[in-house]
Amino acid sequence: MDTVTSIAVLSVLPDILHDLIFDYTLRTVALGAAVIGIVAGALGAFAVLRRQSLVGDAMSHAALPGIGIAYLVTGRKENLVLLTGAAIAGWLATLAVLGIVRRSRVKFDSALGLMLSVFFGFGLMVLTYIQRRPDASQAGLDKFLFGQAATLVQGEVRNMAIAGGLALAVLLFLWKSFKLISFDMDFASSIGYPVRVLDVLLTTLVVVAIVLGLQAVGVVLMSAMIVAPAAAARQWTNRLGVMVLLSAFFGALAGVTGAALSATQRHLPTGPTIVVCVSAIVLISLLLAPNRGLVWAWFARRRKGEELRRTLAAADAAHGGPRILIEENS
Amino acid sequence: MSDAQLDIQMIAVVTAAACAIPGTFLVLRRMAMMSDAISHSILLGIVIGFFIVESTTSPVLILFAAAVGLLTVMMVEWLQRTGLVREDAAIGIVFPLLFSIGVILISRFAGNVHLDLDAVLLGELAFASFDRFQVNGWDLGPKGLWVMGTILLLNVALVIVFFKELKLATFDPALAASLGFMPGLVHYGLMSMVSVTTVGAFDAVGSILVVALMIGPPAAAYLLTDDLRKMLVLSVAIGAISAVLGYWMAHWLDASIAGAMATMVGISFLTVLLFAPARGLVAQVLRHKRQKLDFAQTMLAIHVMNHEGTAEMRVENRVDGLDEHLHWDTQFTAQIVDLARRHGIVTESNGVLTVTDNGRQRAQAAMVR
Amino acid sequence: MTDQQFAIDVADMTAVYHEQPVLWDVDLQVPAGVLMAIVGPNGAGKTTLIKCILGLIKPVAGQVLVQGKPYKDRRDRVAYVPQRGSVDWDFPTNVLDVVEMGRYGALGWWKRPGKRERDAAMHALEKVGMAEFAHRQISQLSGGQQQRVFLARALAQDADIYLMDEPFQGVDAVTERAIIDLLRELRAAGKTVVAVHHDLQTVPEYFDWVLLMNIRKIASGPVDEVFTEENLRLTYGGVVAFMQAPNGSTAAAVDTESVA
Repeated sequence: MDTVTSIAVLSVLPDILHDLIFDYTLRTVALGAAVIGIVAGALGAFAVLRRQSLVGDAMSHAALPGIGIAYLVTGRKENLVLLTGAAIAGWLATLAVLGIVRRSRVKFDSALGLMLSVFFGFGLMVLTYIQRRPDASQAGLDKFLFGQAATLVQGEVRNMAIAGGLALAVLLFLWKSFKLISFDMDFASSIGYPVRVLDVLLTTLVVVAIVLGLQAVGVVLMSAMIVAPAAAARQWTNRLGVMVLLSAFFGALAGVTGAALSATQRHLPTGPTIVVCVSAIVLISLLLAPNRGLVWAWFARRRKGEELRRTLAAADAAHGGPRILIEENS
Repeated sequence: MSDAQLDIQMIAVVTAAACAIPGTFLVLRRMAMMSDAISHSILLGIVIGFFIVESTTSPVLILFAAAVGLLTVMMVEWLQRTGLVREDAAIGIVFPLLFSIGVILISRFAGNVHLDLDAVLLGELAFASFDRFQVNGWDLGPKGLWVMGTILLLNVALVIVFFKELKLATFDPALAASLGFMPGLVHYGLMSMVSVTTVGAFDAVGSILVVALMIGPPAAAYLLTDDLRKMLVLSVAIGAISAVLGYWMAHWLDASIAGAMATMVGISFLTVLLFAPARGLVAQVLRHKRQKLDFAQTMLAIHVMNHEGTAEMRVENRVDGLDEHLHWDTQFTAQIVDLARRHGIVTESNGVLTVTDNGRQRAQAAMVR
Repeated sequence: MTDQQFAIDVADMTAVYHEQPVLWDVDLQVPAGVLMAIVGPNGAGKTTLIKCILGLIKPVAGQVLVQGKPYKDRRDRVAYVPQRGSVDWDFPTNVLDVVEMGRYGALGWWKRPGKRERDAAMHALEKVGMAEFAHRQISQLSGGQQQRVFLARALAQDADIYLMDEPFQGVDAVTERAIIDLLRELRAAGKTVVAVHHDLQTVPEYFDWVLLMNIRKIASGPVDEVFTEENLRLTYGGVVAFMQAPNGSTAAAVDTESVA
């Protein structure tokens, strides 16, 4: 964000706060963005820890054909129908990726990139096919591509909150099991945990989180909401519970800030603004987080270097001669 | 077939071929997702270039876009090197950010100028034929064909000239470094190739579907051969075939050409995955079936041999009850004992099996690594 | 087969990995109360054998009985120490939390751990001398400390049989001593311990039972009887250099480079 924008933001801050509470559209959008941020942030923490950061990216792209096919099959355009289709498609793509990796020599990254682009391309084909059919009114389908947060209505946000709440409830209920399979799959299996079931269930919850955000943030940017809050939260804590809470908080913070900024500034699309906000949180965390942060580490290194130098100087004085410093390989 | 149709198919084939070449190395180096990242983030380069040269067709745009592509790679590597985030997360953070900045810039400053986000992301090959390359009034064909043709030639030339370096840096970066081949340089060279190819392919297939053309054909070729040269050629061929078939599918359905081409890439991959001669799923199942009988006879020989001359030999090597010891299906056990006897691997006397010399050799050969 | 009940009874087991056989018709009886080493060159199938016993890999033939029952029914009597490198040590959790995971099997997959689990975990940590590290983040541990944490987790399982995949890998001499003392204590308490072990020189000193294998079983039994020059040569294929140890038993050093 450049200085001009920052100043503009500061000067309109009171207005934003006022509107957040009293303006229907902004309040709805901000609430929606907060729900997306919380759910994606909390579940994204597990995706990142399980080295599946880019699975979110693949899932959100792969959800596209599900939307088109759900419409073709049911002839209906209610969000619930379309998003269910999206979830099924995203889920199938993930299973396809895992299947390809297990059954062939094609590696995880290739399978992911392939399924992502092929599903997306197929979705594009289906959507254009629908648009060019004479009987179909096309409005409402392509919003999933880039997301249209401004079209959110209160009822939709309520549904999102219910679905997201359910996903989080499952996460809470199976917390211990999810933690165990994320840390040590073999051990979990050896003590009799149904690791395959738990694995698929956790993946399904991530799909739910992604699908929730499609309408507001869009296919292309939803992946950031899975990865970025979790990556930021990891820097501040060494405890899983705190990390998940922080990640949810960062997600919500970015969501609300982004929504508010884009509502008060002209030509500032919601999805990308939220992504910029969440990236800013990542950058701040990488630099400033205590212990792990880069600035912190820089100071710690300097302090250590000085201590070492002092010790050596003292030793030199004692022995009366220079010594060779062997650099320790850390 | 009209001229326009021919033009479109030629552009599609050339694009697919140009993408397959750097894609092969991405797949082998396990960096497939980098193409996804680059294809998203170079939007920012195009936008910046557009503000500077104020044209959507200038070749300078390619330079800006390629620069942002490289910036993406560098940012991901920097994040990774901090040790604070892993590679996959680093990719997932960097490209959405650059992409978002691109989208914001477009909607803030280019709202009234023609820089169509949909076209950039999704591509529209259908109109590519109308944009002609003309010199002094001479029509030299569609511009897209010239752009992609140039990039294709460049890619082919680079791969031929630096084949040895690329191969070594891909399969053994440590050795490459010790021989003074500078794998870092090869790496960034390759990433530049990916960036330039992606930008060029923008017009034709859109940014996200470039990924399909870069990853799909090489992934399929990877199931067909172990030879890098053959893999490159097969990738180009599979890409080209998918492109043409995709075009006709789009024509038939009256749907997005780029989308149909990506779908065809997926179908090509699926076909290869199923039917590849040695590594295909069908071949795997057939081989597995054949091996299972073969393998089970060897196992029987080893089992009988292991218990030969031991106290429990009469129990372990008895034909009835063998199924329990080996934990095999009764019918399967009977079949294997029958096969092994007919092949002269074991003989039976008084219901107890003994291994023949032939079977002994077979068992010993199997246990030598 | 006799009537004696073995802690682990592997019968005619063959296992395949990536279509390649990695275990050929292995028979193995481990009596209860022994301290057993699994010895063999790299790629001999040692880890595969342990994973087959634990049901993590399904063998193509043969079966495993634990205390006379299928593993499924005896799961709560078995503790497993995976290779240290098999998990992500940057995972955001602390030592106590990891050790507490040893109680998860008894808890079932949705019940929450409480004070009892916490106390059991603390007790296990005390046994491995890591109590003061209970609240340390796991990424800040040395290799030896990580190994002790894994051991503590196994102790917290309070099992009869302990399966350990390379418990001495990458630990310092002091930790190695501490670990072996602990394993002896377990044996003294009547437990059975099976460990993949790489250092042939210490086998006679540390263990009383041994399995020598190289995709098939070469020999198994008491160390005094089975750990012979002849068997080692069969296992390693003649690249073993033998030395006469001071106490008269045969010790051997392996040029692992040429074996691998």
